[in-house]
Amino acid sequence: MPSYVSKPTPPNQDKRWKLVDATMRRQGLQARGLIETLHTVQEAFGYLDTPALRYVAMSLRVPLSRAYGVATFYHFFTLKPAGEHTCVICMGTACYIKGAPQLLHAVEHDLGIAAGETTTDQKVSLLTARCLGSCGLAPAVVYDQEVAGKVSVAALQQHLKQWTRP
Amino acid sequence: MTPEELEQIAETERAAQSQFQQRVHVCVAAGCMSCHSQSVKDALDQEVGRRGTKESCRVKGVGCMGLCSEGPLVSTSTGVLYKQVAAGDAAEILDSLEGPAVARLVCRTDVPFFQRQQKIVLENSGVIDPDRIEDYIAAEGYTALIKALTEMAPREVVEQVTKSGLRGRGGAGYPTGLKWSTVAKSVGTQKYVICNADEGDPGAFMDRSVLESDPHRVLEGMLIAAYAVGASEGYIYVRAEYPLAIKRLRNAIRQAERAGLLGANICGTRFSLRLDVRLGAGAFVCGEETALIASVEGKRGTPRPRPPYPAMEGLFGQPTLINNVETYANIAPIIRKGGEWYAQIGTEKSKGTKVFALAGSVQNTGLVEVPMGISLREMVFEIGGGIPEGRKFKAVQTGGPSGGCLPESCLDMPVDYESLARAGSIMGSGGMIVMDQTSCMVDVAKYFMDFCMTESCGKCIPCRVGTYQMHRILTAISTMSATKQDMSMLEELCDLLKHTSLCGLGQSAPNPVVSTLRSFGEEYRAHIDDHKCPAGVCGQQENGEQG
Repeated sequence: MPSYVSKPTPPNQDKRWKLVDATMRRQGLQARGLIETLHTVQEAFGYLDTPALRYVAMSLRVPLSRAYGVATFYHFFTLKPAGEHTCVICMGTACYIKGAPQLLHAVEHDLGIAAGETTTDQKVSLLTARCLGSCGLAPAVVYDQEVAGKVSVAALQQHLKQWTRP
Repeated sequence: MTPEELEQIAETERAAQSQFQQRVHVCVAAGCMSCHSQSVKDALDQEVGRRGTKESCRVKGVGCMGLCSEGPLVSTSTGVLYKQVAAGDAAEILDSLEGPAVARLVCRTDVPFFQRQQKIVLENSGVIDPDRIEDYIAAEGYTALIKALTEMAPREVVEQVTKSGLRGRGGAGYPTGLKWSTVAKSVGTQKYVICNADEGDPGAFMDRSVLESDPHRVLEGMLIAAYAVGASEGYIYVRAEYPLAIKRLRNAIRQAERAGLLGANICGTRFSLRLDVRLGAGAFVCGEETALIASVEGKRGTPRPRPPYPAMEGLFGQPTLINNVETYANIAPIIRKGGEWYAQIGTEKSKGTKVFALAGSVQNTGLVEVPMGISLREMVFEIGGGIPEGRKFKAVQTGGPSGGCLPESCLDMPVDYESLARAGSIMGSGGMIVMDQTSCMVDVAKYFMDFCMTESCGKCIPCRVGTYQMHRILTAISTMSATKQDMSMLEELCDLLKHTSLCGLGQSAPNPVVSTLRSFGEEYRAHIDDHKCPAGVCGQQENGEQG
């Protein structure tokens, strides 16, 4: 019996795998630690690729199908790397009735991508959020982790121009 | 930790605090943080350092003060609340501690928004530093736990909670005492307590605020619950979208462990509890208890049929108590002051207070805690300050995607579990979104159906296919291409989903449609018969796509 019994080796020499290993050990290398481990992988690498899923699945002894199933079931996990910048538009109820759809339309039109996609030059990823809980600031947008409130279409377009300038 | 030691810590902390003649509190919860309240706090700290008044003036980061739309908020020991404070205002605010208030920044607190509130869950929010356990202990923190452990049998704890009449604050309103006694009676080798902090309703941010402002209160509630039902392990399931809440919660757990209030043999008794944080990963359905349990077990968050209820067979097949953040946050005061005290507040069947996240088209948006039974009109027009820009009230939406839209005729209805249910909505977790004449009810129904369609886990067909079909019809209505048959199909689907879906998500998914059909049926008819959207919302964006 080859690799199934021995401890699987990480996909590469990257030191960040040590963080992933630590999380898995803390969960007793058990299947129940799958989601926690995927959180660590995504935090360390930014996204979950196939070698990472394979490594985690083998280490926790769960079928790859289950690891893949969990990774695709939850919206928070992404299988693709994000662009240089991310723009998250909140689509919560308060933001929706205060004009979030217009914001989304404007960005989709300007960048030529749909929500969940990244521009071909890998500059900007466009995402939507269920609710940021910043309802007092509706409509809210997150530019690279920074929340901006009461955003207008013009302000949003202005911000994106800074990012996409060659 | 003995009761004497706890009292000692409280005394020391209170003495330390009373040394400061002047105090400035800066809100560092997520709402104000996103308006850069951290830089305001830094500027105040710097200014105090520059003046050399560190010995007499204390700048403290505190939890949410409620009026999120006017952030960043700063309050001072002279009893003044300042709104929309910028870092550049630091010097003026410090000057005001010994002189007149800074008039241009003053936020009036003699208005209904502040006066009509009654704070139990949020009593420490905006007062204590959420990152310091000593501050919580000085505010009577953990005295309820000590009281329960040293003076009460587990059975007596459950009795007090039952007497209080507290009902689950997650939405369904199941009596908390009854749930606790069921878990207490269940037999298992290991029992668990779980805190549901997967606040998924769009427009709801009560739980986040409680976790960010007063995390120890939730831990204390869970500790008392674990003692009452005989659990020794617990999990707090938090949305990964709340990084600040997670950070403060983890910090609180570490502090409580170090103080001997969490872990093995708490306060020298035989009672032990190990608590761990589990991160959600953005699945709305995980707010359903059986789906949440699956997620804690590291699986896809899909619900399963009940019974068996989690109280009998929950996490890893063992008896499990699941309560919402706000429910746990109510426990410590109930134990401290007694169930009868709590039962005096609220209405006949809905006891206590409820925290609401008021948002949408109202003057004052933010977090409010009011006694149950207050009318919707008071909520919207007094506390909320009415509709801005002279627009006209149209509906108030409660309960998120599982709730409904209540029209003007429902405004004088009391806010309690039964009244809301009778009117076709639900209490839900406490999101309350006000809509004015510029919102189209068909569009709102479509928005929520889109939400439920995307969030359906796909396990049962009525929900997976039904939400898709309902969304298709609602899209047709909003693009003025629906027929009368579509309408009857829509109504039939409402009924089907309600009665045949596996879990609460599918069963309540038709609620926004049913409630808007009932109260705003003429808007649907205008779309279908006259091809017009009375609010002027529909048809704008779709026009471009039709061609």
